[in-house]
Amino acid sequence: MSEHIVKSYEQELTGLDDKISQMGGLAEQLVGEAFDSLASHNPARARATVASDATIDLLHRELEEQVILMIARRQPLANDLRQVISVLKVAGELERVGDLAKNVAKRAQAISGETHPKGLLTGLQHMTDLASRQLKDVLDAYVARNPERAMQVWRQDENLDAVYNSVFRELLTYMMEDPRNIGLCTHLLFVAKNLERIGDHTTNIAETVTYMTRGSLPEGERPKGDLTSSTLMSVPHR
Amino acid sequence: MDMRPDPLVMMTTQAPTHATLSAPTKVAAKNVNVFYGAKQALTNVSVEIPEKSVTAFIGPSGCGKSTFLRCINRMNDTVDSCRVEGLIQIDGKDIYDPALDPVQLRARVGMVFQKPNPFPKSVYDNVAYGPRIHGLSRSKAELDQIVEQSLRKASLWEEVKDRLSDSGTGLSGGQQQRLCIARTIAINPEIILMDEPCSALDPIATARIEELMEELRKNFTMIIVTHSMQQAARVSQRTAFFHLGILVETGSTSDIFTNPVDKRTQDYITGRFG
Ligand SMILES: Nc1ncnc2c1ncn2[C@@H]1O[C@H](COP(=O)(O)OP(=O)(O)OP(=O)(O)O)[C@@H](O)[C@H]1O
Ligand SMILES: [Mg+2]
Repeated sequence: MSEHIVKSYEQELTGLDDKISQMGGLAEQLVGEAFDSLASHNPARARATVASDATIDLLHRELEEQVILMIARRQPLANDLRQVISVLKVAGELERVGDLAKNVAKRAQAISGETHPKGLLTGLQHMTDLASRQLKDVLDAYVARNPERAMQVWRQDENLDAVYNSVFRELLTYMMEDPRNIGLCTHLLFVAKNLERIGDHTTNIAETVTYMTRGSLPEGERPKGDLTSSTLMSVPHR
Repeated sequence: MDMRPDPLVMMTTQAPTHATLSAPTKVAAKNVNVFYGAKQALTNVSVEIPEKSVTAFIGPSGCGKSTFLRCINRMNDTVDSCRVEGLIQIDGKDIYDPALDPVQLRARVGMVFQKPNPFPKSVYDNVAYGPRIHGLSRSKAELDQIVEQSLRKASLWEEVKDRLSDSGTGLSGGQQQRLCIARTIAINPEIILMDEPCSALDPIATARIEELMEELRKNFTMIIVTHSMQQAARVSQRTAFFHLGILVETGSTSDIFTNPVDKRTQDYITGRFG
């Protein structure tokens, strides 16, 4: 890409990307920390995670203001226009990812006193790993302006959906086995749902990377694997 | 000049176009080359301009926008050193056909210049001049009507209706430019060429002219040269980008300004080095 004649404009565009990277790094970190605080029954750590979400919110607001100012001052066009619009959208998605991670950390605080049935967290651990990986990959695709890589992330969200389905069924089974599990499992169900939603925000970022680099959104339907909206497990009559 | 379009030549020399043209073609240029003496100003320009819409010509200074605009009403005929090669058609007819009268052509193709250039005559006479020499009115009453209508279409009537006998040169810059537009539309042309019509105007006067273009495109085919990317984006439906005498890219304005095909177009409209 050739450089702008106006250097400060070039710097502003680079600055936007730097902030997206910073936000993305934080969001990724938050997702990991939220789960760790849950798995380790560590309410202090969970509280710290909840608090760090404020930094993401702050970066989001700063980016919004910068983009608005740039549109007013520079009237960006073509690839520049697509970049500033994409920054606005990606920042919004990352802000939501931060909120969802924060919510996981809040639930970690709520259930820190409960003992988890053995093996219950394996699925959630797997979901966390997948969600973090996806988020990292899509941010790399953003920085590298690589739509193929973004599309790979977009397609792979199906895997996260698949694990979510099995975690969902597993948690329902626990609840049916022993109603005393319902409180804990409901929280864990929301944790799983949050992780699944983080995957969806990641695919939105992937679509934005495609728009930013190619000028068009991806063609066709994204493969979707979340079947939980139509899943019903009935309690066997005693 | 050969009037039959050669499909093969068109296919190989046409700049990339994004969307297919929906409106019928009003002006078609095929392999147009323009020389000033030995210096070539335009090379193999081929383009189709749809009727009743605004087409913007953009590109760096000296790339040949004005030169191409002046080919369309044969203003270049008046430049001794200038030689035009290739085919330019309006409604499918070669405008460089020796049998065609350039004066008649200029009645069909009006032009508005960068600097407002009203005649040193009254507001009324500025507008009445064209209809008079082209014999477009049979009576004073009819001429009055043409003058009023043209000034109304140029959204100048309310501002000058009480000073029709004042000199046109006494108006403000923006009013003068609208007077020139009124003068142009008074002879009811089919095509209006505008060469940087707002470059000397303030934002309000510019907005008035842009509003006017929006109105005029219902009845006229408009081609406008502008150095303001935002203006091109606001007023035109199609945009053509010229660079070093070559027509690099033509497309729908929305495509050109959000997702141009050619890197040169992108570099130019975003303010980068080409
Ligand atoms: N009358 C002329 N005699 C000789 N050369 C000319 C003449 N008019 C234009 N040229 C040359 O032809 C080239 C194209 O000029 P033209 O005026 O069409 O450019 P332009 O795109 O309209 O530029 P600008 O944006 O500065 O108005 C330039 O190199 C210019 O010097
Ligand atoms: Mg010019």
